[in-house]
Amino acid sequence: MLRVCLRGVKATARKNSGRTRLTNLQHNRGYTAGESSGASRVVVAGLLTVSGGVGGTILYAKWDHKFRAAVEKNVPYSEWLLGLALGPAPQDTGLPIKKRMESLQPPSMMEKQMRTPTTKPEKKLKETAEHPAPDASSALVQSAQSIQEASAEATQIISAISEVQSVPAPCDTEAAATGREDCKECNDHTVAMEPTAVLQKTDSAGTAEPLTERPVEEVAARLAQQDQEENNVVASVSASLEDSLASSAQATLQAIGAQEAALQAIGQHTHKLKEAMEAEAPSEEKSTQWKDLETALADRTTSMNVAKTALLKANEALDSLKSVIDKSKGLKVAAARPLILAAEENLHKMVVDLDKVVSKVQSAESEAKIVAQYSELVNEAKQQFHREVSSLTPEIQANWKGLTGKLSTDDLNALIAHAHRRIDQLNRELAEQRVREQIHIDAALEQQKLEDQKALEKAVGTALQHVKEEARLEQEKKLAELREVIEAEMRTQLRRQAAAHTDHVRDVLKVQEQELKAEAEQVLSSKMLEQETRYRQLTQEQLDNFTLDMNAAYARLKGVEEAIDSHVEAEEEARKAHQLWLSVEALNYTLKTASAESPSMPLEDAAEAVRASCVDSDFALALASALPEKSLKRGVYSEASLRARFYSMRSLARRVALIDESHNTLYQYFLSYIQAALLFESQQEAPPTQLHSEDLDAFKLLSYASYCLEHGDLELAAKLVNQLRGEARRVVEDWLTEARLTLETRQVASLLSAYANAVGLGTTQAP
Amino acid sequence: MSEKELGKKWDRCLADGVTKLGTGLGLGIVFSVLFFKRRTWPITLFSGAGLGMAYANCQNDLRSHYLLHRSEKEQ
Repeated sequence: MLRVCLRGVKATARKNSGRTRLTNLQHNRGYTAGESSGASRVVVAGLLTVSGGVGGTILYAKWDHKFRAAVEKNVPYSEWLLGLALGPAPQDTGLPIKKRMESLQPPSMMEKQMRTPTTKPEKKLKETAEHPAPDASSALVQSAQSIQEASAEATQIISAISEVQSVPAPCDTEAAATGREDCKECNDHTVAMEPTAVLQKTDSAGTAEPLTERPVEEVAARLAQQDQEENNVVASVSASLEDSLASSAQATLQAIGAQEAALQAIGQHTHKLKEAMEAEAPSEEKSTQWKDLETALADRTTSMNVAKTALLKANEALDSLKSVIDKSKGLKVAAARPLILAAEENLHKMVVDLDKVVSKVQSAESEAKIVAQYSELVNEAKQQFHREVSSLTPEIQANWKGLTGKLSTDDLNALIAHAHRRIDQLNRELAEQRVREQIHIDAALEQQKLEDQKALEKAVGTALQHVKEEARLEQEKKLAELREVIEAEMRTQLRRQAAAHTDHVRDVLKVQEQELKAEAEQVLSSKMLEQETRYRQLTQEQLDNFTLDMNAAYARLKGVEEAIDSHVEAEEEARKAHQLWLSVEALNYTLKTASAESPSMPLEDAAEAVRASCVDSDFALALASALPEKSLKRGVYSEASLRARFYSMRSLARRVALIDESHNTLYQYFLSYIQAALLFESQQEAPPTQLHSEDLDAFKLLSYASYCLEHGDLELAAKLVNQLRGEARRVVEDWLTEARLTLETRQVASLLSAYANAVGLGTTQAP
Repeated sequence: MSEKELGKKWDRCLADGVTKLGTGLGLGIVFSVLFFKRRTWPITLFSGAGLGMAYANCQNDLRSHYLLHRSEKEQ
């Protein structure tokens, strides 16, 4: 826009220059052309100046913002123009930034404030969290409450700071979480030291603490809750223990039964085997024996398996029982201890029984092993013999004892020879064996010793374990008993202490009661005394007030009486004044009865009335008698009539203005008349405050008087008219007397009315 | 009324003037007819005399207030 303006300016300048050149060229050609070009030149110059001014203001406004603001304020539509030219006003970029900064600050400040309260409750919480360790449990409980209170306060502070909303949640939960943790600890602690906590609470309930105590009901409730929890736990523990005990007992019984059965089976099997080994029964019985043996073996194996599985089950059950016992031990509930103890005893017994049975089974097994080995050896020898015999005599059957008639002599000889050889061999072996007997026996003894040692060790170990277990159980039992005893003793001691405490508290309370009673008595007596003195004071005051009031009332009564008396007088006066006033009003009214031409009524009666009504006032009497006779007799003319008369009189006075003592020829009359005809003065002229000699001209006087009359000032008019001299004066004489009369009467009447008004005002009582 | 006096005076003057003029005129005519052979000069004379007398009377009348009469003077 600015550039456009500039371009326009340049163009106009060029045009102007061109035109001026043209005009310069044309200047010689003629005036008419010059004139028109001159006019156009003027127009162009004007346009140029206007555009220059506008451009200049725009430029300056661009540079100076205050100027721009001033222009915008003063010149209408300049805002639009400047806005077009320069764009919208750069509205103080400095201030909004500052404002934004300020607005940014409060939120950050508020955040800081919020953070400090959150850190404060956190610190409080930490501090209070540190306290539980050294403090007693009751303080713990109360500190837990204080923590809760602190967290509540923190949340209150945070919620009061309305802007920050997201933060209170974590802070709150944090506080609540820490509070809860602490409370949990408190709970654990209280649960652990429950009986002591109860007594301590009852002790500390009496002492005043800075932290608020929990109410008694809450404590009782907590205790009851704890008891109930304990009971529940105990019940559950006992139930679980019973269950596991039952199951394990069952399993162990089963295992024991199975083991016993296994034992029996093993015994039977060995017995049978021995029998089978030693007995020399016929073949059928042998076979049955062997069958029996086999069945016995089968039985033994099955029973062994059954026993093994039963043992495993029993072990599992016992393990579970042990774990349950451990768990219940872990709960650390006092009431469950005997149960645990009983369960442990049972467990131990079962374990012992099981071990006994297992050891029995093992010994039986070892015996059976020996017998089996023996039988194996025997079988092996038999087998060998059989092989030898069969090698020698392949036709012979296994059971060589029944071969009495089937063998030939060769066979028999061979057999005998073999038998001999065998006997020799066996003798040799026997000799060898006898030689090696000791060694073998030593070795066997050693082996046996080792085995015995092992077995002993094992047995010793198990016995030791059992004994340990028994001892532990015994210890536990004893401990439990002792604990009970101690508990009982402690309870008695505490009871004693509580009793002592109650006695002490009772004594202290008695003493306090006495003291408080004495104090209260004192306070009461002092208060009573105070009250009495106050009462007496009040009564005295009342009496005084009463007498004062009475006096005041009496005085007022007197005053009222006086006032009433004076009132009566005043009313009399008022009546008289009213009368006077009425008569004066009547007088005024009679004055007004003057019509346009005729005078008013004669004022005789009114004046008489006035005189009658003001008998005791000399002033009024004097005034009433000051009324002029003529007015009394004839009445007075009204001002309007006098005015009208004046106008008719005025022309006459004008006409004879020149006539006086020295100038009164007819010729003068003629001149006077011409003067009156030719002289024009203003109809009315305001009279000056001071009359100068030149104002004493008749015409002027008449115009002054006319003005005064028009403005209702009869007095001044009369005065002015009084200044007339010569014939004019003679002409207006009558009017003047009438005016005087009227004025006089009016004056008297006004005086009388003023007097009546004054008297009336004086006597009238204001409402 | 004092203002009517002037008017009255003028009335008297006029009446007097008319009378005197008329009388003068009449006398003049009479005298001119009787004694002076119908000349105009006795008419004008007498009318003039009459007018003059009227004028003088009028003037006197109008002036009468300002003049102290002999009786007043003497008193």
